[in-house]
Amino acid sequence: MSRPVLILAVFAALGAVSLCLGLMVGSVALPARDVAAALLDHAPGPVGDIVLKIRLPRVLAGFACGGLLALAGALLQVLLRNPLADPYVLGISGGAGLGLLAATSLGLGYAASQLAGLAGALAAVLTVFGLSFRAGDWNLYRLLLTGVVFSAGCGALISLILLLAPETPVKGMLFWLLGDLSDATSPQWAWLALAALGAASVLGSGTLNVLRLGRTKAASLGVPVAAAEVAIYLIASAATVTCVSLAGPIGFVGLIVPHLVRLLGVTDYRWLIPSAVLSGGTLLSLADTGARSLWAPLQIPVGALTALLGVPVVLLLLSGRR
Amino acid sequence: MRLTADALTLGFPGRVLCQDLSLALFPGQCWAVLGNNGSGKTTLMHALAGVRRPLAGSVRVDDAPLAHMGAAARARRIGLLLQEEPIEFWGSVLDYVSLGRYPHRRSLLGYDPEAERLAHDQLVRVDLETLAGQTLSHLSGGERQRARLALVLTQDPAIYLLDEPLQHLDLRHQMQALDCFTGLARAQGRAVMMVLHDPGLARRRCDHAVLLYDAGPPLAGPTERVLTPENLERLYGVPVPL
Repeated sequence: MSRPVLILAVFAALGAVSLCLGLMVGSVALPARDVAAALLDHAPGPVGDIVLKIRLPRVLAGFACGGLLALAGALLQVLLRNPLADPYVLGISGGAGLGLLAATSLGLGYAASQLAGLAGALAAVLTVFGLSFRAGDWNLYRLLLTGVVFSAGCGALISLILLLAPETPVKGMLFWLLGDLSDATSPQWAWLALAALGAASVLGSGTLNVLRLGRTKAASLGVPVAAAEVAIYLIASAATVTCVSLAGPIGFVGLIVPHLVRLLGVTDYRWLIPSAVLSGGTLLSLADTGARSLWAPLQIPVGALTALLGVPVVLLLLSGRR
Repeated sequence: MRLTADALTLGFPGRVLCQDLSLALFPGQCWAVLGNNGSGKTTLMHALAGVRRPLAGSVRVDDAPLAHMGAAARARRIGLLLQEEPIEFWGSVLDYVSLGRYPHRRSLLGYDPEAERLAHDQLVRVDLETLAGQTLSHLSGGERQRARLALVLTQDPAIYLLDEPLQHLDLRHQMQALDCFTGLARAQGRAVMMVLHDPGLARRRCDHAVLLYDAGPPLAGPTERVLTPENLERLYGVPVPL
């Protein structure tokens, strides 16, 4: 078996383990036999309720979000030719956060606030694209800078709202801003998005590989560069918006998972995309399992743990390089 | 396959390079492009390859305008060696050279099943087969240049447009590269155009030449008519013994 296939198989196995762990571990530890019984027989009772109604949706949501974030990061790192690109660099989390916080502080309900967050994220995608795009000459530095400046503006407004808002809702807002899966109860949309966007990216992986050579070389090899870049931007944005609207801007996964896969020697996007999706999902579902069980019954936002879990792993890998 | 430029004018806003150039590159011909730094050699190569829009005039492959041709169809006909490429490519030399098969992809995923074998054949041709598994960015400048040559050879186009194919190469590999490309023209009927900085080499190895003057119209035609001491002195501003 070739090395990329082996790595992909290992990530798939780790992903399965992380999902099982997520079902077994929590404020109440459940043995594997009970979890299997609940999954297969839909046995009624408290164990079945915990597994099927509480843990399963959350574990699946975490895995899908991790996969979507890793996918968006891998795509944006090619698009912007910048290893520091992450899913939020183009302002999506800023727009979503601003929409959500503005709605919450105006006293709108949960559903309306979520919708406002989604609207803010979409507005960010359209604004940044509209301000930077010129047909025939899309300057990617202009795109990057537009996104960074837009994010900074949103960040300032978010801080202002947090300062001026009344005490009680602020803590909930902070949870959301760090990225939190405790409200993620319906993961089916995220899985649908992950399947569609992941498949589209794998189908385009040959083009992504050629785009690594730079725009001119890619054009000379037959890539319709402008169309490909717009497609990459839209796919990455769709992945990020889906994830942010489900769980808030969970940090670190989208930035670091593609690099982690590259450090393991996978650079061909044919293999890098599925490997990044699987390892991103694994990392996030492990982190979320930790976030809701390490200090149980207290729950901490998963965004805090992704960094605590990911940073040492990547620093170790980096220092191991010659 | 014939590449024709009609009344081509190139440049940037506020700067005109290469005014009103017409030429026809036929199969079997080997052209040299000569000119000072900044005279528009690279711009000309990019325009002929269809990756840069001319200010005026047009480029055609046989009778089809390049501007109306699909990107992949164009890339199967015309190969372009760039003078500069981003150096941060995180894959192996073989991965890199295999990308030359992109315009010939047949599967849905964009891969040519023959890519690795064909890429390996070209790595042998440029003496890089022992480094095939190395990371591209670990190669020396000259080795990287040979990998770029191998990528264009793997692309296997009918028309080769080579921007400074000899840069960074040691003397032996310069001669090897020249033999390779002139051989492709003469033995296999490919059309070759390359940017060179040595008029003596151009005169010995090429049959046609383009001189891009800093001011005034460019000159294109058979080497014996174009590469005269007077034309070259006017081009470089120093006497050129041939």
